[in-house]
Amino acid sequence: MTQAGKLPLPSAPTTPAHRPSGARPQWRAGSELPDRGEAPPPQLTRRITAIHLPRFAMERWQRALARRGDAPPEDIPQALATEGPHGPVIHATNRAAEEAGISAGARVVDMRALCPELRVDYADLAGDRAALERLVLWARRWCPWTAADLSAPAPAAGGVAGLVMDTTGSDHLMGGEAAMLRAMEEQLSTLGISASPATAPTHGAAWALARYAPPRGLCPPEALAQVVAPLPVAALRLAPQTVLLLQRLGLGRIGDLTAVPRISLARRFSRAPLAENPLLRLDQMMGRLAEPVSAGEDPPRFAVQSRLAEPVQDPTAWLPELCRELCGGLAAAGFGARRLTVSVYRTDGEVSSVSAATARASRDPDHLCRLFEGRLERIDPGFGFDLITLAAPVVEDLRTIQTRLDRREDDGAELARLIDRLAARLGPGALRRPDPAPSHIPERAEAWAAAMGHPKPATGSTPAAPRPLRLLYPPEELRVLYAVPEGPPAQFVWRRLTHRVARFAGPERIAPEWWRDRPGARLRDYYRVEDQSGRRFWIFREGILGDGRGHEPAWFLHGVFG
Amino acid sequence: MQSAPPAPKTHTEILRDLGRPARREAQATLSEVFAETVIDAAPVGFVLARLGPVGKPILWIQDRLSRRETGRPYLAGLPEGTEILHIEVSRPIDALWAMEEGLRCPSLGAVIGEVWGDPAVLDFTATKRLALRAEAHRVPAWLIRRAASAGLSAARDRWRVKSLPALPEPDDLRAPGAPLWQAERFRSRWSRTGTWVARPEATGLVLEHGIAANEAPALQQRA
Repeated sequence: MTQAGKLPLPSAPTTPAHRPSGARPQWRAGSELPDRGEAPPPQLTRRITAIHLPRFAMERWQRALARRGDAPPEDIPQALATEGPHGPVIHATNRAAEEAGISAGARVVDMRALCPELRVDYADLAGDRAALERLVLWARRWCPWTAADLSAPAPAAGGVAGLVMDTTGSDHLMGGEAAMLRAMEEQLSTLGISASPATAPTHGAAWALARYAPPRGLCPPEALAQVVAPLPVAALRLAPQTVLLLQRLGLGRIGDLTAVPRISLARRFSRAPLAENPLLRLDQMMGRLAEPVSAGEDPPRFAVQSRLAEPVQDPTAWLPELCRELCGGLAAAGFGARRLTVSVYRTDGEVSSVSAATARASRDPDHLCRLFEGRLERIDPGFGFDLITLAAPVVEDLRTIQTRLDRREDDGAELARLIDRLAARLGPGALRRPDPAPSHIPERAEAWAAAMGHPKPATGSTPAAPRPLRLLYPPEELRVLYAVPEGPPAQFVWRRLTHRVARFAGPERIAPEWWRDRPGARLRDYYRVEDQSGRRFWIFREGILGDGRGHEPAWFLHGVFG
Repeated sequence: MQSAPPAPKTHTEILRDLGRPARREAQATLSEVFAETVIDAAPVGFVLARLGPVGKPILWIQDRLSRRETGRPYLAGLPEGTEILHIEVSRPIDALWAMEEGLRCPSLGAVIGEVWGDPAVLDFTATKRLALRAEAHRVPAWLIRRAASAGLSAARDRWRVKSLPALPEPDDLRAPGAPLWQAERFRSRWSRTGTWVARPEATGLVLEHGIAANEAPALQQRA
C-alpha cells in the first residue's frame, strides 16, 4: 500500500454542529434545591425590591401613538386626565408639562390657566391596569415572587404604577444586588418604560427608596434607620391629609417622627386606619410589622432557566440542556414531572408559554424533550426572547424501583410514554380508553375515560347475550315494515338501503335504569337480525305499544356484528 | 432506572428470518383489509380473530368519518379481556403518524388503523414505512379500509372480506349463529392468494375451504 493510498484518519469528533450560545441552565429562584436547608425567618432577613414606574401611563400612551405613526413631540406639555367629581383631573404628565408646573391631581381647567398650550387626552385606566398585569408576568424573569404594588394610597402622585418583588436569594443569579438593579433599569428602558428600582429589607423601605431617594438605592439591614431618616413623611405611603397634618405638626421627615415618643403619637393615631396611621406605617418600614409580598400563585418547586446572550426566535436548541438539568434535580429529590411548561420572556415585554403533560410521572430528559417536538412552533416569539424557563408545576413522587431482572424496561413505562407522545400531538382529549362499567344499558356498559388518567379497576359484568363489535353513537332511526306486532320487522330501511330480515334472535329486553333515567324513559327490545346478504345488525324497538309513554314505538339500529 | 430497549432488527436480519418458512406465519407485519360494503363489520371481526388473544393493549385509531359512519369498537362485543387505547383523529395523516408511533412501542399487542377512502397521504411510501416499522418492532399492524380502492401498497397481505350468512344456531333454527366470512387474499408477499370461508375459533381464525366449497353454508341454510 502506498502512502498516497492511505485515507486520512477520521478526526476526533469536534463540537456539535449547532451549539446554542448563552449560559448553561441554572435553577430558578424559588425552586427548592434538594440540598438547600430552610433558614429560620427572623426579622430583616428578606430583601424586597420595589420598582417605581413614574411615567407608566404616559409612556404607554406615547408608545401607542408612535405605533400609529404620529408620535407626540416631547417639548409640548401633555397631560392625561380622568373624570373627577368637579370636571377632569390631571392623571399623568410628560416631562415638559411637569416643568411647566402641572401637577397630578389638579383640575384641568386650573392647569389650562397656568399653561395655555397644554394638550389633554383621556387616560385609559383599565388598559394601564392590564398592561401592568402583563408587565408583572414578564418581570418574573428576575424573581418569581413578583406582584403589582398596590399598597400605596389613592393617587396623589400621578404615577402610582409600581412593582414589588421578594428578591431574597435571587440577586446572585444576576451578579449581586447592584448589578440586578442596573439590569432591571436597563431592560425596562429598552421597553420604553422609565423605572427606578431600589432594594431594602422591608417593603415599606424599598417603596420609599424607589420614590424619594437617589436612583438604584440599596439599603443594608443594619443601616435601615439611618437611610430612611432623611426621607419625607410622604415616603411612608400615607394618605395626603395625614401627610399635611404631620407637616403642620412640624414632623416633616421620618427622622423627626421616630424622635417623637411613641406614646404621644399613639394617643393621637391609635384608631386611624392603616393608610392614615404613621405608626403602623413606620412599623412596616422598620420590619416590626410583617408585610410579605403576595405574588398570587406559588412559584413551581422545580424550575430551570437559560439566560441568552442575545434575543433569539427558536427555543428548540436550548431545550435538551434544560430538560437534563431539570431531570437531575427531580432525580435528586425523588420526584417525576406530570406537567411541564416552557415559557419564553420576550424582548417586547410579553411572556408566552406552551405546556405538555405526561400520563405517568417521568424524569427521562429525552422523553420530556420529545413531548415538545412540533409544539414549540406554537409559541409566539414576537421579536425574539432572551430568557427561557422550563418549569414542572405538577410533580409526583417517583422512586427508583426495579421491576424486572432482565435489562428491559417494564411495559407500563413504555405505554405511558407512548400515551404522552400521542397526547402531546393530538391533544389529551383525542386519546381515550374504554373501561367496563356496571350497567345493562349498552352505551353505559363502558365508560370512556381519558387515557392520561390512572386506569380504573374493571367493574363490568359479562352480558348473557352476544354483543356487537361496533356500537353507533347515537343509535340511528330505521323505517320499518311490520310483519308481526311483537316480533322484529320483516324489512327495514337504513341509510336509504332496504334490508330484508332473513333470520333473527331475540328479543332481549333491557329496562331503563330508573335511578338514572328520566321518568318517561322507555324500555328497549333488542333483536339480533341477519339481512339477505349475511350482514348482522343489532336493532331495538324503543317502548312497546300501549305502555303509555308516548306514541308508536320507534326502531333504531344500535350496533353491527362482525 | 437505566435500561435500554432491545435494538430494533436491521432489514437484513428481518429478510434472513423471513427466509425460514416457520417464522413467516409468526412474523408481525402490516396487512390491509378492504371492506366490501361500508356498513359491514366483518373486517373488524376478521382482524380480531386473526390477531387471536394478544394479552396486551391494542392501539385502535379511527379517523372521524370511520367513527361517524361505522361507530366505535364496543368493549362488550370484543373478545374477553381485550384492552383498547382508542384515538380519534380528524386527518388521515394523523392516523398514519399515530400508527407509526404506536408501532414503535413493543408493549402494544397490535395497532389497528381505520382509514376512510383513498387519501393521498396513504401511498406506497407510507405503507412501506408502516410495514418496515411493524416488522422491526414485531408489532402487528392492520389497516382497515372502507370505501377505498386497492391501489398501490406495500402491505404484505391484502384481504377483501365480507359477511356470509352465519352458521345456524344449534338451539334456534331461526337465529343466526357463529359468523362466517368470505375472505379473499388478493395479494400476498409470502403466502398463497385465494378465497376462503373464514370462521373465528377460540384459538384464532380458521380458513376453511376454497372457492368451490364456499357455497356450502349458504346451501345448507337454504335447505
